[in-house]
Amino acid sequence: MIAESGHYALVLALGLTLIQSTLPVLGARWRDPTLMNVARSTALAQLLFVAFSFAALVTLHVTSDFSVVNVFENSHSLKPLIYKVTGVWGNHEGSMLLWVLILALFGGLVAAFGNNLPLSLRAHVLAVQAWIASAFYLFILITSNPFLRIANPPIEGRDLNPVLQDIGLAVHPPMLYLGYVGFSISFSFAVAALLEGRIDAAWARWVRPWTLMAWIFLTLGIAMGSYWAYYELGWGGWWFWDPVENASLMPWLAGTALLHSAVVMEKRNALKVWTILLSILAFSLSLLGTFLVRSGVLTSVHAFATDPTRGVFILLILCIFIGGSLTLYAWRAPALKQGGLFAPISREGALVLNNLFLTTACTTVFIGTLYPLALEVLTGDKISVGAPFFNLTFAPLFVPLMVAVPFGPLLAWKRGDLLGAAQRLTAAGVASLIAVAVLWAWTRGGSAFAPLAIGLAIFVIAGALSDLAERTGLFRVPSATAMRRARGLPRSTWGTVFAHAGVGVALIGIVCETTWNSEYIGTMKPDDIAKVAGYELKLDGLTQRQGPNFREMLAQFTVSLDGKRLSAMAPSKRNFTTRGSSTTEAALLTLGASQLYISLGDATADGAIAVRIYHKPLVLLIWFGPILMAFGGVLSLSDRRLRVGAPKPAKAMRGLQAAE
Amino acid sequence: MTLWFVFALMTAAAIFAVLWPLGRHGRPQKDGSEAVVYKDQLTEIDRDVAAGLIGSSEAEAARVEISRRLLAAAANQRDPPLASSLSLRRSAAIIALIGLPIVAVALYLPLGSPQLGDFPLAQRTRAPDGAQPLENLVAQVEAHLEKNPTDGRGWNVIAPVLARLGRYDDAVRAYRNSITYNGDSAQRRADLGEAIAGAAGGVITAEAKAEFERAVALNADEVKATYFLGVAAEQDGRTAEAGSIWRAMLEKAPSDAPWRPLVQAALARIGGSSAPVLSDDAMAAAKDMSESDRGAMIRGMVERLAVRLKQNGDDVEGWLRLVRAYMVMGDHDKAKSALTDARQAVANDAERLRQLNQGLKNLGLDG
Repeated sequence: MIAESGHYALVLALGLTLIQSTLPVLGARWRDPTLMNVARSTALAQLLFVAFSFAALVTLHVTSDFSVVNVFENSHSLKPLIYKVTGVWGNHEGSMLLWVLILALFGGLVAAFGNNLPLSLRAHVLAVQAWIASAFYLFILITSNPFLRIANPPIEGRDLNPVLQDIGLAVHPPMLYLGYVGFSISFSFAVAALLEGRIDAAWARWVRPWTLMAWIFLTLGIAMGSYWAYYELGWGGWWFWDPVENASLMPWLAGTALLHSAVVMEKRNALKVWTILLSILAFSLSLLGTFLVRSGVLTSVHAFATDPTRGVFILLILCIFIGGSLTLYAWRAPALKQGGLFAPISREGALVLNNLFLTTACTTVFIGTLYPLALEVLTGDKISVGAPFFNLTFAPLFVPLMVAVPFGPLLAWKRGDLLGAAQRLTAAGVASLIAVAVLWAWTRGGSAFAPLAIGLAIFVIAGALSDLAERTGLFRVPSATAMRRARGLPRSTWGTVFAHAGVGVALIGIVCETTWNSEYIGTMKPDDIAKVAGYELKLDGLTQRQGPNFREMLAQFTVSLDGKRLSAMAPSKRNFTTRGSSTTEAALLTLGASQLYISLGDATADGAIAVRIYHKPLVLLIWFGPILMAFGGVLSLSDRRLRVGAPKPAKAMRGLQAAE
Repeated sequence: MTLWFVFALMTAAAIFAVLWPLGRHGRPQKDGSEAVVYKDQLTEIDRDVAAGLIGSSEAEAARVEISRRLLAAAANQRDPPLASSLSLRRSAAIIALIGLPIVAVALYLPLGSPQLGDFPLAQRTRAPDGAQPLENLVAQVEAHLEKNPTDGRGWNVIAPVLARLGRYDDAVRAYRNSITYNGDSAQRRADLGEAIAGAAGGVITAEAKAEFERAVALNADEVKATYFLGVAAEQDGRTAEAGSIWRAMLEKAPSDAPWRPLVQAALARIGGSSAPVLSDDAMAAAKDMSESDRGAMIRGMVERLAVRLKQNGDDVEGWLRLVRAYMVMGDHDKAKSALTDARQAVANDAERLRQLNQGLKNLGLDG
């Protein structure tokens, strides 16, 4: 009964979205407040039914009801409870259900807390949400139904892919989906504004926090996914420029651009039309990511062609929503009122520059990801676009962006003073030059780019700090006054400082890891010693152990530095009986922000085993940076003040000159 | 029946969600407007100035800007929504009351399986079902063993079943566990060796051979291990050794040993017996015949083989068998002519020719 009522709840949710996507629009057209209000209650009820449906699927997985195909294919009665739960979204059908659950959740939040929105705007936003939702409900019910049954249920399931049996699955996909789907809110707001033909002041007030929330989750989701790949796949890499990763990076880049342009819009009433376009693009890229990952087109264009039902359905959704919204944009945007004006050198100008770089970077990733697919479809040639392409295109775009980052917050709104900002950044510049010089001397003969890149990162961090020092008057006024001012600073300012410093921190990690990474690859027998970056790793022995649904071979290592025993490490290889596959569990030893990393290869007949040992200096900064960024985002989100960007008055300048 | 009752309740809840706002039309609506936002912004500026966050000249400029927008917004005020119309509300209610159930049922019926109840695993294992297929039973035992890996009896039971199902790798593991927890025995070692060989596609690997040798060391009369040691010798090309192993087995064996035909067939395979062309079945049949009938049967089979090879001469094995048969029957002329025919038939294929020569060498012909 749980399975069937969960199924029926999903069908009812679809029925409700059909009502939610039509009645409010008609109500807005005929100016009928009651019909417009239907949007709220249906959005909330729809959330209730999807949540019920999702809870039913979770229950089925937990109780190992193998009469449900989805449970049979992806679960096993011996799996630990946590993986029974996370296994719900560790497969295609369940993950799509999570997708619509989060979509309904965001719709429900707008419905519940959208009291200060104009009535017709709220009705339109919820209706657009319902259009997206109904498309995906249909997709789930018709092509990816998680509630299909088996009349004669087998006694045991096929188990979840062992690589996914990890705590990472509990965190990464929900985070990523909260990010992806969160952009649907700004998309719905954008389409609603286009439908209404006007952008309210309330529009900007609403869009920025939603975008920020989605961006925080996406940032954490990507960072988490990267760390997961780093420790689970056993290659020691943390970013592979593989299409699945790019699919999440593209919305992030567009979302970061959107975040900044939404600030301009909220504070200065400018860049309205551009913000709308970015809202549409950010969510379109989220949809594209879903298509790439979910249609199977990445594994092989031909596999996609042989079983195209799912792929074609998502492609159709993609075309309708992206094509439709862009057409609407081309048609209605010229009618929208343009916002305020500003000088090229100003905070607004800096944010436009940021947007240009971010969207261009996003475009290069887009091309690098889709070009191989297009080529395979057209000519049948299979090529892969990897790190060299992205290093050549993506990096050069990010260097000037990083140089510009510290300038932005120091420029005034409307008209800024570049020279003044540069003067205030002198300290940051000096700090970064010293860092470059010191590193150059220390690592003579190494890569010439690394010290420069780290200098750039220091510049970004120091720039963020000098912005802070500038606002509090640190070193110019008594420190007590500075402290008082620091407390009085809006939290959004602190947010900016943390987020920008986070970018610099992540860059330091990336450069250190790629430049000074040292490794040992070879076969070791018990009592062999490997030396990596000054550390001595002794293989003590190999032992077997039985886990709940796997057997594993543990290799015991003792790590010592200069003859002093530091710690023990135990990487393992797990063998999963049901799927007959194995995973490598790398062992990590954190030393400050650096890590030692051991992963096992195959054992040879004579009792030796292949090992890969890496020493990765400052590698943790790569993920610490995004966490800082997200923390900055949270600070900014918690700032419930209204946002007003006070312009630098032009008359005052002239008055000052006349007085001389 | 309860299922449909639950469905009806859920549908009613969904309909209620649509009808509820329709019934609340009288209440005044809270409605955000642009002017409110701008007024809030103006007070915000006052607060910022008081906190010393912005200078007074910037604040003044911001006030001017916002006031300008406020004026524009007031001029551009949205039209207030009209009163709600009764007919619209009625049609919305009808859509909810009729449309929603129809859509839901129309979608659910072709997709769902309302006749199936839940089958949580806990309930099912409590009531074991005698009619379950073998795979399910095996899976149950395996699940039990995953949890209790030291249950030697369980491993003993599951191992031969796994081997028979063709899951040799699992069978190898099961036999190993059985040896670990039940103790070593010649029979278990022999079974383990057989499973290892099965996993290797019938080839007696060094690992498998080691197991058979261990079994024979434990019990010199262990039949299976001895037989497979013979197979190992045969596969290594030491047919004479294989023959002597098997012949020794036959000598020692009681006449009604069930494995006698198997060993005899193996002997025949390597040419160490008097009736090399006979298959296992034919051998069994030939046992009950009189001497002359048996001779006639063998001759008939050899003729058939000769005819087949005339039509299709690619079968090197066939030729070798034919030559060997003629020799065993003492018909040296026919053996020679068969040899010439074989050479001609495979002359165009260097690989087959090599195989043929190799085989003939083993038969002690030509050199």
